[in-house]
Amino acid sequence: MALGLTGYVIVAVLLLTVTAFFMARGRANVSAGGDIRLLHSLPNYYGYNAAMFTAVPALGVFAIWMLAQPLMIENSVFKLIPEQMVSEGSSRGLVMSDVRRVAEGLDIAVERGALTAEEANSIRTEFRDVREILGDVGVALGSNVEAEVLYAAQEYRSRSASGTFGMTIVVLGLALIGAAASLFVTNADFRARNTVERGALVLLILAASLAILTTVGIVLSMLFETFNFFRMHPWTDFFFGGSWAPNFRGNSDLSILPLLWGTLYISIIALLVAVPIGLFAAIYLSEYAGPKVRSAAKPLLEILAGIPTIVYGLFALLTVGPALVSVFGRGEEGLLGVEWMSGATAVLTAGLVMGIMLIPFVSSLSDDIINAVPQAMRDGSFGLGATHSETIRQVVLPAALPGIVGAVLLAASRAIGETMIVVLGAGAIAKFSLNPLEAMTTITTRIVSQLTGDTDFASPETLVAFALGLTLFVLTLGLNVLALYIVRKYREQYE
Amino acid sequence: MNDMRVLERDVDTDAIKIAARGVQVFYGDNHAIKDVDVDIQDKTVTAFIGPSGCGKSTFLRCLNRMNDTIDICRVEGNIHIDGEDIYDRRVDPVQLRAKVGMVFQKPNPFPKSIYDNVAYGPRIHGLAKNKAALDDIVESALRRAAIWDEVKDRLSAPGTGLSGGQQQRLCIARAVATEPEVLLMDEPCSALDPIATAQVEELIDELRQNYSVVIVTHSMQQAARVSQKTAFFHLGNLVEYGETGTIFTNPEDSRTESYITGRIG
Repeated sequence: MALGLTGYVIVAVLLLTVTAFFMARGRANVSAGGDIRLLHSLPNYYGYNAAMFTAVPALGVFAIWMLAQPLMIENSVFKLIPEQMVSEGSSRGLVMSDVRRVAEGLDIAVERGALTAEEANSIRTEFRDVREILGDVGVALGSNVEAEVLYAAQEYRSRSASGTFGMTIVVLGLALIGAAASLFVTNADFRARNTVERGALVLLILAASLAILTTVGIVLSMLFETFNFFRMHPWTDFFFGGSWAPNFRGNSDLSILPLLWGTLYISIIALLVAVPIGLFAAIYLSEYAGPKVRSAAKPLLEILAGIPTIVYGLFALLTVGPALVSVFGRGEEGLLGVEWMSGATAVLTAGLVMGIMLIPFVSSLSDDIINAVPQAMRDGSFGLGATHSETIRQVVLPAALPGIVGAVLLAASRAIGETMIVVLGAGAIAKFSLNPLEAMTTITTRIVSQLTGDTDFASPETLVAFALGLTLFVLTLGLNVLALYIVRKYREQYE
Repeated sequence: MNDMRVLERDVDTDAIKIAARGVQVFYGDNHAIKDVDVDIQDKTVTAFIGPSGCGKSTFLRCLNRMNDTIDICRVEGNIHIDGEDIYDRRVDPVQLRAKVGMVFQKPNPFPKSIYDNVAYGPRIHGLAKNKAALDDIVESALRRAAIWDEVKDRLSAPGTGLSGGQQQRLCIARAVATEPEVLLMDEPCSALDPIATAQVEELIDELRQNYSVVIVTHSMQQAARVSQKTAFFHLGNLVEYGETGTIFTNPEDSRTESYITGRIG
């Protein structure tokens, strides 16, 4: 029982696959009379073909069945539970998790010998204390098992068992049919190579579409929750309201505008730091640095990109913030003798650190783009008697400009979506202010705070996180699309 | 000993624009140019011919110190233009290149308007006092490059939108706009079709009135058509240098003869 029936099914299918591979290869060899030049494809292709037809349909059906079976069984078992049990202050999910727990408990009890298989199916709460039996084998239940739940659990077990049995038959049958059919078509003229190529193509397409479908799924789930939110909260307040004041007793002001302002303000400061430094670094590395400096400096710069953002957040909170306070705050004791900054968390703190995070991003992309400017452009300029810096300013940078703009937009979308640095460095006060030394908050920070904590998942105060997330997604998507469009348009110039 | 040789071979100094003595070029360990002496005359078209990799383009790039932009490249020997050693430490290669213009193998207009392409050099060197003067410089450069009539109505269009032959003539206009004294051309027609080639060749012949032109070419017909003097390079050596007619009809060296008759290449 170590593997379970499903485990054995997989092992069987894999064994069949290997067997089919060797049998098909052997058969192909035999059909060519041992002279593989007579075969359309190399012998291994016949083997791959057979293995493919054995494993792929069987494992595909296996995967779908494993996903669909619990859903279907839960649906049908749920109908066995009386209405009033669900409505008594609990939900369908809670009742069903009870059912599953009891079913698992029965499984374990049978395994440990506390119950026979017969007993597990026929046991009734009226005659024995199921909670005690299950407790003995280590499955603790929160309350006494109700008759309906026990019955549902028993149904759940028996349907699962028959479902798994059916799956075993179907999957093994498919594997056998696949193996037999591919062996049957294996002969010298069969174009196994082409079939295998097509199979590989299908596999690649599947992988690609899975990635895209996941994205679509994420967006759809966001959309769904966002609609829920707008049913409970007026959209005019969300988009055009003036304040952000969530109140878990209801009647909150939930406007995105103050958050958007904070987000954009911090992002702009970050870009003001990252774009000049990153761009100058890129110009130095691609135009002036010798190969030795370049091979050492470029990886070093890119290490910055590998630092987890939470570490940047700590850096903001513990180093940059206090340093700024010692300059702009502390009154008489401070460096400037002013009292402009009270706490370490501020727009400037988060913006500076985020800018540092973005430097390698900007420099690495700009470096690639500057390198893509043809050497002929530089030669042409040098040949006219231009100096190096004139060449860079008047020829290289204008030629690379669209690409650099694209890089900056990509960096901007990173900045807008950045979370950890602003959670730790920016503060939590939603307001419209121009003072970079004050704490402000961003969209991402609010999403984190609305979803962490003990809150009802059906209130607008929680669901607003999805609306915020979707807005953020639309914003960064728009920026990314724009950036990619610009970069691509630029690339075409030199092809 | 070096000085002796300079004296010996310095003939007819009035007409000589560029005098090279004992030029050696190394790319890392590769000895690309071996002890080349050559005198290039003023208001003459001089053609450098030779098989691929013989060093003719490398030598051309020594004449305006374009090789300085390549890190591993090292140049030895003397090159004098108008009697001044261009590899002297006091010479600014940037200023030198304004005096010795260059046109490249592949047309390389900047991604700017036609006007800005031509105005690029004059603007950098401050040749025009005002907009009107700059307009005049651009127009006369485009006229000298025989492309004015084709582009006068679209000076603000991007230079990269022109055809290959037009682009190359634009690059020539760009080079002559800085009023150079010498014009170096590195296979200027190799990316052009026969009609554009004919136009550029005609242009080269006209440019001879004002400039000393040095052209590197793979086409011996082209060398015969446009040049008065021809230098044949082989494996980094200057094998033979003389009147174009003599080189093509009565070469002294057997390697030159083999090359122009197509036996080595």
